[in-house]
Amino acid sequence: MRAFSAIAAAIVRGFVRDRASLFFAVVFPLMFLVFFGGVLSDRGQPAAELVQVGDLALVEALSPEAREAFDAAFDVRRVDDLDTALEQVRSGDADVALRQDGGTLVAHYTQTDQVQAAVTQATLRALVEGTNVALLAQEAGSAVPFALDVERVEDESLTVIQFVTPGLLGWAIATSAAIGAAATLQGWRQTKLMRRLQLAPVRTRTIVSARVVVTLGIALVQTAIFLGVGMAFFGLSLTGSWWMAVPLVLVGTLCFMALGLLAGALTTTAEAAVNAANFMVLPMAFLSGSFFSLDGAPRWLQTISDLMPLKHLNEGMLDVMVRGEGPAAALPVLGILAAFALVVTLVSAKLFRWDSV
Amino acid sequence: MTAIRVRDLTKVYGEVRAVDGVDLDVADGEFVGVLGPNGAGKTTLLEVVEGLRRPDSGTVEVLGEQVWPRNAAVLPRIGVQLQASAFFERLTAREQIRTFAALYDVSPARADDWLERVGLAEKASARVEDLSGGQAQRLSIACALVHDPELVFLDEPTASLDPQARRNLWDLLSGINEAGRTVVLTTHYMDEAEVLCDRVAVMDSGRVLQVGSPAELVRHLDAPARILVAPGQLDEAGARGIAGTESVEVGPDGTVLTTRHPADVVARLGELGALDGVRVQTGTLEDVFLALTGRSYRA
Repeated sequence: MRAFSAIAAAIVRGFVRDRASLFFAVVFPLMFLVFFGGVLSDRGQPAAELVQVGDLALVEALSPEAREAFDAAFDVRRVDDLDTALEQVRSGDADVALRQDGGTLVAHYTQTDQVQAAVTQATLRALVEGTNVALLAQEAGSAVPFALDVERVEDESLTVIQFVTPGLLGWAIATSAAIGAAATLQGWRQTKLMRRLQLAPVRTRTIVSARVVVTLGIALVQTAIFLGVGMAFFGLSLTGSWWMAVPLVLVGTLCFMALGLLAGALTTTAEAAVNAANFMVLPMAFLSGSFFSLDGAPRWLQTISDLMPLKHLNEGMLDVMVRGEGPAAALPVLGILAAFALVVTLVSAKLFRWDSV
Repeated sequence: MTAIRVRDLTKVYGEVRAVDGVDLDVADGEFVGVLGPNGAGKTTLLEVVEGLRRPDSGTVEVLGEQVWPRNAAVLPRIGVQLQASAFFERLTAREQIRTFAALYDVSPARADDWLERVGLAEKASARVEDLSGGQAQRLSIACALVHDPELVFLDEPTASLDPQARRNLWDLLSGINEAGRTVVLTTHYMDEAEVLCDRVAVMDSGRVLQVGSPAELVRHLDAPARILVAPGQLDEAGARGIAGTESVEVGPDGTVLTTRHPADVVARLGELGALDGVRVQTGTLEDVFLALTGRSYRA
């Protein structure tokens, strides 16, 4: 136990005294959080600019409350032909072009600004569905109270911070776990510290578990900082079973430590190991929706994305932290991550060499 | 009792026989040097004996125990300093040695004592990255000794140190041995082996070429002594007339006589009144080393 805590303390000291690793584990991802959460946040965002093409009977038919919501959400401009409207959307002068085609409301938007597009879509859908409900109620002659809560839709699932926090957190954890494992393995091999420890009366599993426990602890601290900053400054609100994010973070950390071991086993210097770990994690973060949603991405890209453990970690955290899903939603993800960790660890162990000789 | 008993030990890497049929005995309390050029197999030999590498053939016994596979009974009884500075990153000297102390279940107070004994008390709060080469080596040695082992392995402890730091470290190393510990050290410095070691094993290309005390090895070499007589003390004919002289060379610094009977020649020089400024150079370990390993340059 003394050996365990001595090694763990040595690793923690080495970590917190290394400004670069501290920066990449905590500060750098937080900068992204501040950027996405603060700069791109739609809190106090101006109303979306909507180009109305011709008459919109459905909008005219909105109930007073719904009309109010519509006016609050959109700045309406009117043009007479569709081409002009589409051109305006394309060039970014307008966020959405809206026309009515018989009984269907058609919205043209661009994926360039995904957040705005998502907000617009959801708002319009809510209005249409709300109106339908009201109309059905009228037809049936019963007085169903008109219920449309546009605000709720925005707050609960569409504010930027809600979407980006789990993804950025996933990326932060993946990076520091992979780099930590890769740098330790290669660094200790290079300085022969690993050999030296082999000659001390300490079991290998004591050394390995000290490293793992420290990395898990770092991941939990990262999580606490992320959620704390998100909630305190950017209006992040977590849903019911958010606590399932804790096992997700822990198993995810193991998974990326395994990737770091692989990077360490494949390279011969600590620098190369860190670069290799970064090279694995950073593209994966893009492909896993850590920075932006891949909902609009082509099918093949989404298929690749499904092979990425980070994608599953991100999705799992989104489910339990902001989408309001129950704890069970995280279970398949935990299974996938654990299996990935196991396989990659076995491969790394197979490839590992004590010395570069 | 024998601290180390190595018999017919071989370790092969691909085509290279890094250790090739080595026999070596080290007695309790002995200070033994393994001497050889770079790439001679010294480090590999040490690593096999320490139990870090599996021998391809032959046997190794350390303190009466097998070392391979990893034997937890031997580990607390041996102390090892590896060639590189095997430190935990970014720890201070004190944190470093206390961490190693904890691995051996030794108290922090004793760890601090060792820091004092190797003269690093003032540097206790300096990070290992900020220590000089000599200080880092002393810390490394202290970390190897913190659990008071019976047998200590030091792999080129003075490599890349300046002359002052080397001599400073020699004092420390002979102190370790005087305390009754067995010490095995690798080096490629002759003077170091000559000063420190009771016995030296000269190694090249994976083989132990000769083992003996430095004096024995030099005697065995049977190299002639060189006697330098100051200029103007003796002419060339007089020099050639001295019995036992093998060759004579006159140069600007004086006359050099080569002989296998230096005592007789010096006595005769005394009779001739030519002793002022005489210098006698006998064979050194360096001569033994070069005679055994050859003079061809190797990278």
